[in-house]
Amino acid sequence: MEEMKDVVLKYVIAEYVEDDSEIKYDTPLISGGIVDSFSMVSLKRFLENKYNISIPDDKATPEAFDTVNKIVTLVNEYVKK
Amino acid sequence: MAYSNKVRESYLETLNGLKNAGIFKMERFIHSAQAADIIVEFPTGASLKKVINICANNYLGLSSHPDVIKAAHEGLDTRGYGMSSVRFICGTQDIHKQLEKLVTEFLGTEDTILFPSCMDANAGVFEAVLTKDDVMISDRLVHASLVDGIRLCSAMHDTFKHSDMAHLESKLQLFQDKRIKMVITDGVFSMDGDTAKLDEMVTLCEKYDAMILVDESHSSGFIGKTGRGTHEKCGVMGKIDVITTTFGKALGGASGGCVSGRKELVEMCRQKARPYLFSNTIAPVVVAGVLKVLEILSATTERRDKLETNTAFWRKGLIDAGIIIKEGDTPIVPVMLFNAKLSQDFSRDLYDEGIYAIGFFFPVVPQGQARIRTQISAGHEIHHLEKALDAFKKVGKKYNILGKTKQEIIDMYGM
Repeated sequence: MEEMKDVVLKYVIAEYVEDDSEIKYDTPLISGGIVDSFSMVSLKRFLENKYNISIPDDKATPEAFDTVNKIVTLVNEYVKK
Repeated sequence: MAYSNKVRESYLETLNGLKNAGIFKMERFIHSAQAADIIVEFPTGASLKKVINICANNYLGLSSHPDVIKAAHEGLDTRGYGMSSVRFICGTQDIHKQLEKLVTEFLGTEDTILFPSCMDANAGVFEAVLTKDDVMISDRLVHASLVDGIRLCSAMHDTFKHSDMAHLESKLQLFQDKRIKMVITDGVFSMDGDTAKLDEMVTLCEKYDAMILVDESHSSGFIGKTGRGTHEKCGVMGKIDVITTTFGKALGGASGGCVSGRKELVEMCRQKARPYLFSNTIAPVVVAGVLKVLEILSATTERRDKLETNTAFWRKGLIDAGIIIKEGDTPIVPVMLFNAKLSQDFSRDLYDEGIYAIGFFFPVVPQGQARIRTQISAGHEIHHLEKALDAFKKVGKKYNILGKTKQEIIDMYGM
C-alpha cells in the first residue's frame, strides 16, 4: 500500500504546483508560498475523506500544514485514535 | 511621544526593504487630463514631456469626453458637490436611483446597488450574502479586491486552478454538502487579458446548484457585441447571479462601483454590506458623468467597435514585429519580457521614445513572468498606435528581443 507521505505529496503536487518546481517531504508549502492558506481547505477535506478522520479546525493551522512531513504527523494523530 | 524613533526606524527599515527588493512603487505625475496624449513629469522634477499613454484603463476613451464633462458640470450645478451622509440617512438622491436602474438595464440583471468603488463592492458583497455554512470557490487569479472580500467573509473558501473547468468541477463535487456554493471569477483577467469561460462555468453551476459571481471591471462597456460584458460575449446574460463592476475604468474612469444581480442579493447588500452602510456613496458629480456614459454606450457601439479595431491592429503589429504577447482578443495586451529588470529598463526606454507604459514583475505577476502591460483605448488613433509600435520595435531591437523565443530571452537576461 502506498505510504501516507507519498499520497500526500502526490496530492499536493497535483493540486497546487503549476510549474516544474520540485516539492519534497520537507518543502515549506504555506510559508514557502506554494499553497495559499485559503487552499488548505481542500487539502484538509482530502485528508479527512481519504483516512476517514476528522481534523478539528483549531488543529488545521498553517503551521501544521506547512510540510508534507508535518501533515503526516498531524493525520497520524487522528488515524491512531 | 508615542511615535518614537524606534517605531520610525522600523517603518523606514520596511520601506528600505521594498526599495532594495526593487518593488517600491513610484508615482509619475500627469499634468493634463487623462487621454491618449498626456503631459508627464518623470522623474519628479524633470521637465514636462508629452507622451502617448498606453497603460490606462480608459478603454473607451471616455475619461475626458466633452459630453461626460458637460454632464458632470450640470450634475455639480444641480445636485451639489457632496452628500455628507451615508445612503440610508440622507445620502440618496434621485440620480443615485436613476443610475442603479440604468446599470441594471445595461447589464441585463434584476437590480443594482452602488458602492463607493468596486473594491468596496467586492469587500462587502460576500459577508452580506454568505454565512459560515457556505463555500466560496474562486479562480486562483482573481483580483486582489475579491481576495480581500473573501477574507472578510465567514464562509469557507477554496480555489480552483486558473480557468481549469475540470478542477472547478472537482471542487463543486467536494463541497456538495454546503448550503450555498458560490463560484467567483474575473470576467477579463487584468494581468493576462484573458477571458473567463463563463458559458462553461454557468453550465457547471447549474449542474451542481451553485451561484456565480463575476467581477466585470475590465469588461463592462466594451466586451461583447454591445459592450455589456463577458456574460454577453459568452452568451449567458441573465444567468450570472452577481456582477460586480467599476465606473473607474471604461465607464468614465472617475470612481465608484456596484453590485448588480439577483434582487434579493442586492437587497441583502443594501441591508448588510458594511462599505455601503458606513461610507458615503458616489458623489453626485460622478453619478451625473456615469449616467451620460451609459447614455452614450446605449445609443451606439461606435466606441467599443473602434476599440476592437484598435486592439486587432495593435496585437497584429506586435506579433508581426516578433514581440511575444499573451494571446487573446481583449485590449489588455501584455508584452512578455520575463525578466524583471528588463521590463523596467524597457519601460524607461519607451518613455524616452514618448511612450508611457509600465513594467510589471513579481509579486504583481508570477516569478519569471515580467511584462509590460499595454492597454488599448478607443481614444487612440492609428497614428498613436503606429508611433507606439515604432518605439516597441526600436527598444526591442536595442535589447535584441525581436523574433526571439521565450527561452532565448530568458537565456539572455535570466528569469
